[in-house]
Amino acid sequence: MAGFLVKRLWQSIVLLIIVSMIGFGVLHLTPGGPLSQYALTPGMTQETMDRIAEQMGLNRPLPIQYLDWAWRLLQGDWGTSYRDQQPVLTVIGRHLFATLLLMVSSTVISIGLGTWIGIRGATHRYSTFDYTATVGAMIALSIPTFWFGLVGIYVFSLKLGWLPAGNMYTIGDGSLLDYLHHLILPSVVLALVNIAIWSRYMRTATLDVINQDFVKTARAKGVGERRVLMKHVVGNALLPMITLAGMQLPNLLSGALVTETVFTWPGMGRLFLDSLGYNDYPVVMGLLMFSAILVLLGNLIADLVAASIDPRIRLA
Amino acid sequence: MTTQGRISENKGDSAMSGPVLSVRNLTVDLPKGMERKHAVQDISFELPRGEILCVIGESGSGKSVTANALMGLLPPLMHVSSGEILFQGQNLLELDEPALRKLRGRVVSMIFQDPLSALNPLMTVGDQVTEVMAAHGEGTAEARSARALELLTEVGLPDPALMLHQYPFRLSGGQRQRVMIAMALALEPDILIADEPTTALDVTTQAQILDLIQQIQRKKGMSVLFITHDFGVVSEIADRVIVMEKGHMVEQGVADTVFSTPQHPYTKRLIAAVPRLRETDRPSASSDRTDDPVLTVEKLNLVYRSGGGWFSRQREVKAVDDANFTLRRGRTLGVVGESGSGKTSLGRLLIKLLDSDSGRILYKGQDIASMKESDFRALRPKIQMIFQDPFASLNPRSTIGHIVTIGPIAQGMRKADARAKALRILEKVGLDAGAFGRYPHEFSGGQRQRVGIARALMFDPDVLVADEAVSALDVSIQAQILELLDKIQRETQVAMFFITHDLRVASQICDELLVMQKGQIVEAGPPSQIFYAPKNAYTRELVAAIPGADHALQKA
Repeated sequence: MAGFLVKRLWQSIVLLIIVSMIGFGVLHLTPGGPLSQYALTPGMTQETMDRIAEQMGLNRPLPIQYLDWAWRLLQGDWGTSYRDQQPVLTVIGRHLFATLLLMVSSTVISIGLGTWIGIRGATHRYSTFDYTATVGAMIALSIPTFWFGLVGIYVFSLKLGWLPAGNMYTIGDGSLLDYLHHLILPSVVLALVNIAIWSRYMRTATLDVINQDFVKTARAKGVGERRVLMKHVVGNALLPMITLAGMQLPNLLSGALVTETVFTWPGMGRLFLDSLGYNDYPVVMGLLMFSAILVLLGNLIADLVAASIDPRIRLA
Repeated sequence: MTTQGRISENKGDSAMSGPVLSVRNLTVDLPKGMERKHAVQDISFELPRGEILCVIGESGSGKSVTANALMGLLPPLMHVSSGEILFQGQNLLELDEPALRKLRGRVVSMIFQDPLSALNPLMTVGDQVTEVMAAHGEGTAEARSARALELLTEVGLPDPALMLHQYPFRLSGGQRQRVMIAMALALEPDILIADEPTTALDVTTQAQILDLIQQIQRKKGMSVLFITHDFGVVSEIADRVIVMEKGHMVEQGVADTVFSTPQHPYTKRLIAAVPRLRETDRPSASSDRTDDPVLTVEKLNLVYRSGGGWFSRQREVKAVDDANFTLRRGRTLGVVGESGSGKTSLGRLLIKLLDSDSGRILYKGQDIASMKESDFRALRPKIQMIFQDPFASLNPRSTIGHIVTIGPIAQGMRKADARAKALRILEKVGLDAGAFGRYPHEFSGGQRQRVGIARALMFDPDVLVADEAVSALDVSIQAQILELLDKIQRETQVAMFFITHDLRVASQICDELLVMQKGQIVEAGPPSQIFYAPKNAYTRELVAAIPGADHALQKA
């Protein structure tokens, strides 16, 4: 177990180095760059531009810039945002809560509902429920998230007036109820696609298990149908889902990007988009590293959880 | 069938002396569009109290359906359309689900064929055994644990206290089957239904499990419905037999009577098809002149290594340990042994699907063991393989023609020539030319195995490696395939390397036998010597475990 963690740590470090190199390289190869916004300032001369570049360290060769950035990162200095001159970690931290809130609530909805729909679809195969769920999943998967977001706003905010059209809280309010009120629409919209994915996977996984001999053994023992389903079928069907859940973690960040934009949700997705627009390299790199770590962490947690549930898996 | 009459006279007797269970005119429908309308049709029989009743039949005969109908566990697409199943005056078919559930595990228990998949991989053995008692609200948690320990001891599991906390994947097939039996016995049921419980096990393990079932049945006076396809097994344990064919019950009676004087032609055919130990060696297929070696194996070794990463200790298992033997033209060398003995690894070494660690394999004077894959490729067609599972070994998306010709075409044969040859060989293996354009799913297991043989023959090989080539087939089909292999060998003088776990089959087709145990060849010689004058202790154990070896069946 300790051996496994050490090995995983090494692999993760190597991966993070590769990801950061590629990210850094690609980012600096894009035309424009942080200086382009100064270029439009009236009265800007080439000398001033050069001086700014030198101050920001942008005139050095790319590998040197990378090593400088990486060395600071190792010391805990994630750099300073070009845009508002605040430390990158502070900027990310400010948006982290909003994204986490959205991610957690939509994950709970999608895993809960998706799992239930999948199991019911498998146990009531070819029923009206199953067909409806299948068609629903196809629709949810083939229509982009922003469309659902816009339709949601149109119906529930404009026409019915039940839910707010955007933002995380009403300025001047900010009570728990107010947060929840704002949370409903974006988290449901973000969850839709994931419900579809989860229900399809869960249906297949359940069908794989439901015809296995040990399920028949349980029935032959006189175990009640409810326990057969929950203990023997679902327990085994959830195993492959754990790995899937681990991979969903970073997906939620990218999925949140669209949802956060539609609902003007002050999360990391929007921060990423805005920072790209401003060529705010330190923040973009910070977010990139952050999501890379999230990917690795998600997979690690999935592996650990799977190993703790399935006695056949030994981590080595 | 005089015995049937005697049984039916018992109907009026009191519950204690009469049959524990009666099945009357049971018909179970198959879903529409299947090859026949009924899974079982109008079958009637009685399960006598305290006896072992064997139901024998080939695949698709409806024997498992019958067992599942008794448990009320038919797949949702199958329905009982008529008949009754009487237990203590109650018709089980009229009971609702909660009432049936109360009977399952308490009155009727069941064990299944494949012990590897019959236990929940995520639950400990102890939890699975106690679950039966918990499901019926029996005892406290401690009492159930104590009883589970008692049961595991009773079925002869080693270190039962530790076993309670083990997960199934750590247990061998035989041990898992013992756990299944412990589970089935937990509430001392009146009836035990055993659906091919030893089919997936090695012969020695099979003998032990049969013995265990018999012992327990006698001790508890249980009635056992034992489903099997193996007449050898029937002759070991059955008091009475029912023979089923395509959903019909064609014969029933006292086991010994059915063996000695089978009435129905199907029963006769079935008994005749059971592979028997030959008294004498098989007449050699080789013409006298051609007894020369094709493949000579010298000091061949293969070691499996696992683990050995940065942080774990390496484990070594000798899969093949210093093997020496010779394959001769027109002759069959058999390898027998239990699972894990290394016989399959040995076969794979011969066709270089695995690379050996040391030793030589001489083919026409060349050592192929040390050859690089690129050099060996030209020789590959000459050493061909027939696989065990005819369902998994043919690509379901390819036509038979494609499957059979793709190899030769890849080796440079012209398409038209390959086609002509394929048609010729398909006919030789007993398939008609129409098979060429059809897909594997349109064929039965036996026919698919013929396709597998045709595929191997396309190359005019010098050596055929047959890995359990008939193990997945019904006995009657098995006999046909063995006959076919014999015929082909006589015609082509191909040398065969025949891997099997079934000693009876080995005695039918082999000129010489190797007995393997834990990677080592412990004994070698002609079948007559191996079976009737074994020198090695392990060989003696294997031979003794052959089901039906010392029973009426051998004399029949």
